[in-house]
Amino acid sequence: MSHDHDAEKNKDTVLSEAELRVRLEQIWKSPDGFTGWFKNVFHKPISERMIITSFVFFALAGLLALLMRVQLAVPENTFLSPDLYNQFFTVHGSTMMFLFAVPVMQAVGLYFVPLMIGTRNLAFPRLNAFGYYMFLIGGLLLWVGLALNIGADTGWTSYVPLAGPEHSPGKRVDFWAQMITFTEIASLVAAVEIIVTTFKLRAPGMSLNRMPIFVWAMLVQSFMVIFAMPSVMLASGFLAMDRLVDTHFFNQAEGGDPLLWQHLFWFFGHPEVYIIFIPATGMVSALVQSFARRPIVGYTAVVLSLIATGFLGFGLWVHHMFAVGLPQLGQSFFTAASMLIAIPSGVQIFCWIATLWSGRVIVRTPLLFVAGFIAIFVLGGLTGVMQASVPFNLQVHDTFFVVAHFHYVLIGGAVFPLIGALYYWFPKITGRMMSERLGGWNFWTFFIGFNLTFFPLHQLGLAGMPRRVYTYLPETGWGSLNFIATVGAAILGIAVLMFLINVTISWRRGALAGANPWHADTLEWSVPSPAPVYNYLYLPTVNSRTPLWTKAEDQPIVKGLRADILEVLVTNLLDAMPDHRHLLDGTSYWPFLTAVAVGIGIITAIFTPWGVVIGSVLAFICLAGWFWPHGEPVPDSSREAGPPVQEAA
Amino acid sequence: MRSVLDPAGPQAAHIAALWWWMFWIFSTVFVLVIAALLVGIFRARARDDAVMTSPSVALQPTRERRIGWTVAACVGLTIVVLIIFLAANVITGHRLALLAADNAVTIQLTGYRWWWKVRYPDPVPARQVTTANEIHIPIGRPVLINTDSQDVIHSFWVPSLHGKRDLVPGNPSAIWIQADRPGRFEGQCAEFCGLQHAHMRLLVIAESEENYQAWLEAQRQAARAPSDPLAQRGLHVFETGPCALCHSVRGTEASGQVAPDLTHFASRATIAAGTLPNSPGHLAAWIVDPQHIKPGNAMPSNSLSPEDLQALLAYLGGLK
Amino acid sequence: MNQRVLDVSTLPAVASGPRATIWWGVVGLLTIEGTMFGLLVATYFYLRLNFTEWPPLGTPAPDLLAGSLNISLLLASMGPMIIAHRAALQERRRPIWIALAICIAMGVVSLVLRGFEFTAMHCRWDTHAYGSVVWTTLGMHTGHLIASTLENVLLALLMRLGPVERKHFVDVNVNAVYWYFVVLAWLPIYIILYFGPHLL
Repeated sequence: MSHDHDAEKNKDTVLSEAELRVRLEQIWKSPDGFTGWFKNVFHKPISERMIITSFVFFALAGLLALLMRVQLAVPENTFLSPDLYNQFFTVHGSTMMFLFAVPVMQAVGLYFVPLMIGTRNLAFPRLNAFGYYMFLIGGLLLWVGLALNIGADTGWTSYVPLAGPEHSPGKRVDFWAQMITFTEIASLVAAVEIIVTTFKLRAPGMSLNRMPIFVWAMLVQSFMVIFAMPSVMLASGFLAMDRLVDTHFFNQAEGGDPLLWQHLFWFFGHPEVYIIFIPATGMVSALVQSFARRPIVGYTAVVLSLIATGFLGFGLWVHHMFAVGLPQLGQSFFTAASMLIAIPSGVQIFCWIATLWSGRVIVRTPLLFVAGFIAIFVLGGLTGVMQASVPFNLQVHDTFFVVAHFHYVLIGGAVFPLIGALYYWFPKITGRMMSERLGGWNFWTFFIGFNLTFFPLHQLGLAGMPRRVYTYLPETGWGSLNFIATVGAAILGIAVLMFLINVTISWRRGALAGANPWHADTLEWSVPSPAPVYNYLYLPTVNSRTPLWTKAEDQPIVKGLRADILEVLVTNLLDAMPDHRHLLDGTSYWPFLTAVAVGIGIITAIFTPWGVVIGSVLAFICLAGWFWPHGEPVPDSSREAGPPVQEAA
Repeated sequence: MRSVLDPAGPQAAHIAALWWWMFWIFSTVFVLVIAALLVGIFRARARDDAVMTSPSVALQPTRERRIGWTVAACVGLTIVVLIIFLAANVITGHRLALLAADNAVTIQLTGYRWWWKVRYPDPVPARQVTTANEIHIPIGRPVLINTDSQDVIHSFWVPSLHGKRDLVPGNPSAIWIQADRPGRFEGQCAEFCGLQHAHMRLLVIAESEENYQAWLEAQRQAARAPSDPLAQRGLHVFETGPCALCHSVRGTEASGQVAPDLTHFASRATIAAGTLPNSPGHLAAWIVDPQHIKPGNAMPSNSLSPEDLQALLAYLGGLK
Repeated sequence: MNQRVLDVSTLPAVASGPRATIWWGVVGLLTIEGTMFGLLVATYFYLRLNFTEWPPLGTPAPDLLAGSLNISLLLASMGPMIIAHRAALQERRRPIWIALAICIAMGVVSLVLRGFEFTAMHCRWDTHAYGSVVWTTLGMHTGHLIASTLENVLLALLMRLGPVERKHFVDVNVNAVYWYFVVLAWLPIYIILYFGPHLL
């Protein structure tokens, strides 16, 4: 039959390397032109979009923070009205958590996991694109609200009854609640991608215990997303319904309960911070290994710690509710769990330090950010363990002490590793090195600016300053520490600018990097920089945890895939034995159209419940288009048996 | 007078003690970890150009085992520190729970946007006291504060005395405090409750038993009738104007329930829930344009003639 | 240079069940939806604590007829779906579309019965918190019932009319898994919604 003949002459076993390169380049490259942008389904370009979009949101939210700090720099300041301030801290927090921290971590994962496991794309290319568009639309929804001065204003935690229909009339909270719907769908999509890609598309020989720790981290994080995001989707759904169609989930007059919101929100909210932190620990493991130039100490312990953190993270949520007055026995459980989770974190930190101590350390910018991370995160983690104590928690809950704590663990624990990882992986993404000199300045500005901004806030909390206040009286004496924090924030802003400047000039004029400028160990460093659109000319196989450092000269490469269709190799879950060849989806407008359809439904649902119906109908039409068959029919009873795979010389 | 680290009562004192234990132990841990990190990096520095080649990855089993045991020891130490901390926490919790509760003063605190309704219940209705934004307690006696909210979640927090308790509508709760020395202890709402969350403060005034009883007794009385014509005119303005729609003054026609009780308004140190000192100038500004001082709050602006305003001030100033 | 090669050209181009990535994707989706249902059930029990009577005073316990008929029908519909599933593994078109057609008919009847289930609750979503959680749970499952039935329609049409590619048999396979979820997830929820008022 004709397509069998096509298959034969297009297998990479019969093509020369040069010919193969041309063919693969042709089918794996991004579609051209303006409209082509909307058809792209390849993981590296989509991830680049996600990273850039996340950083735009990061910069916008950072700007809000600077403005808030100006308002708080002196007592009784009139720079921002109370309404504007309340919108700003709500949009700042919501943007950082939902539109920056989680998406950027997932984006880096979606970029590097396929490369690190030796495949060419994610398991569901179109779904990945759909996820990006959902993220983009949701983020725009929140910011359009702010731009129109009807921004959400009840905090990123949006407690009821404040956010309920009685005390927050209008549509502000509904914009926020539906932004959640978009971003949670996007997150869940990314999580499914990571899990299925990691489970099924690994290079032959990369059994689970040979996966890079970054891949383990993304896997654990993705499972956490699957179990945590539904909780906030449900909570925001309940809130939207209470506001739109008079349900009574949170209305205590009809048997509802304001605390139900808190339970559902924090059942998501606590795992959320580990969802942000765990990928960062994966990045740190990659960086430590590369810059200590030895395999990580305690691979198994680190992996088990990741998994333990993933599980334990779901057992802490009530520690956000200690001030509510829940029964003491219940509270004790959550105190114990909140302390217990320090242990797997500690294991990882000690393994990293041991790796550095027993390696041969090269000090470059990425390593500076790792050191900054350890210093800042450990401090934040310690104030976190302090707050596991109910009596102490009752004093510092909802004060600037907590604000200090979570910025230490989030900026220290996630942003520092992220920046370090971007310095590290920049050559693989762009083919050029970032400026090492500017990197050093960048790090120190960041470190000093950060500490100057947030360290004083510990003292402010202990001195009685609560959170989410747009001003304070002069006689409180909080003015001087607030002023220092504002100065620090300006320095922090400069540090972010320095990073963006370094990225911009290095992209054009950075020193050309080879395939492996760091002589690192994971598979992505075995391909040219920037990585080809098809990732690997021939898919690799591995036989150890350190595939590049202990590479056997005759480590087999995979041949037998077609060069004229988007074919990848599917392997089995535990041992990554080759199982079958799989044709991935190609470019298509349907992911974009489906996101628009779903988006119309969700946004209409802000105003009328019919939005659900409209969205469902439009989505159904788009999904029919998405999955519309257009291949060649097969006879009714054909079956293809595959004899076992043979190794050929 | 409001700091977690300057306790004025047993609850805050136990918590402050716990804080200092944690502070010193955890600071030590922090210093040790950072020292290990820095020493590790500097000790193990390779030649700068070593990055140009792949490392030789020949791991020696004995060395790896030693490293493993060191890490395990550190994890063990971590567990020990956590156990110590857990014990300190349990002890603190225990001490707080054991604080005496006999002879308590009972107060009902209800949160509103953005003020505090304070009630001292009494089996005899005529002896009940209702006031706002200011709590008086005798030193040395436990005080039980029953909490509730009329609208959204608020939080009662007086750092010098104890941690906070959320006022959740539909979920009444209670918190014990006690002051062991006299003083004026400031508190502030600690759960975001909307536009004027920043201006929802309260005062806890701890005084000797005699002074407290005297205050309570004075608060029980109905409002002092105005003696001079200016103040009488002020009462008339109050009763016939919008004031009486929301505020109440026991012993007059004014019995509004949705705003602070003003029966003994002049005995309070601050106005607008701790936003301004209770002086005629500030009071005048507040009455005429509350939206300027606390935008979004429930009190509308009032256009009064200057004479009416003076009269009202005179009347309110007499409500001691 | 002696480059060893792992030649995968003789491996099949299509695989079914847990060997297939789409299977894992759908299982991931069902885990997410299952978590949503689990949290809805948790909400049901949590709200119960706010009432002295359950259902609240003035609302009778749900009528059992429509709901019991429906769960029986849904459980019975597993039969034809299993047939469709088996036929998909053998890549035989005709049994698939016939079995799916039966499932579609059962799905439509189920949706009609579902309409009666809503009224059998004797309250609206805005009557009280009990009404809110019960209607939301019914509503969410109804959404899945509609989506799954529509997917059955599309696949039945595809199998009947073509053009059928080999991978479409895998789609029928995972569609069956989705249907099993729609039915089996409902079983515990049916028990809780209809018998909870008598047991709690």
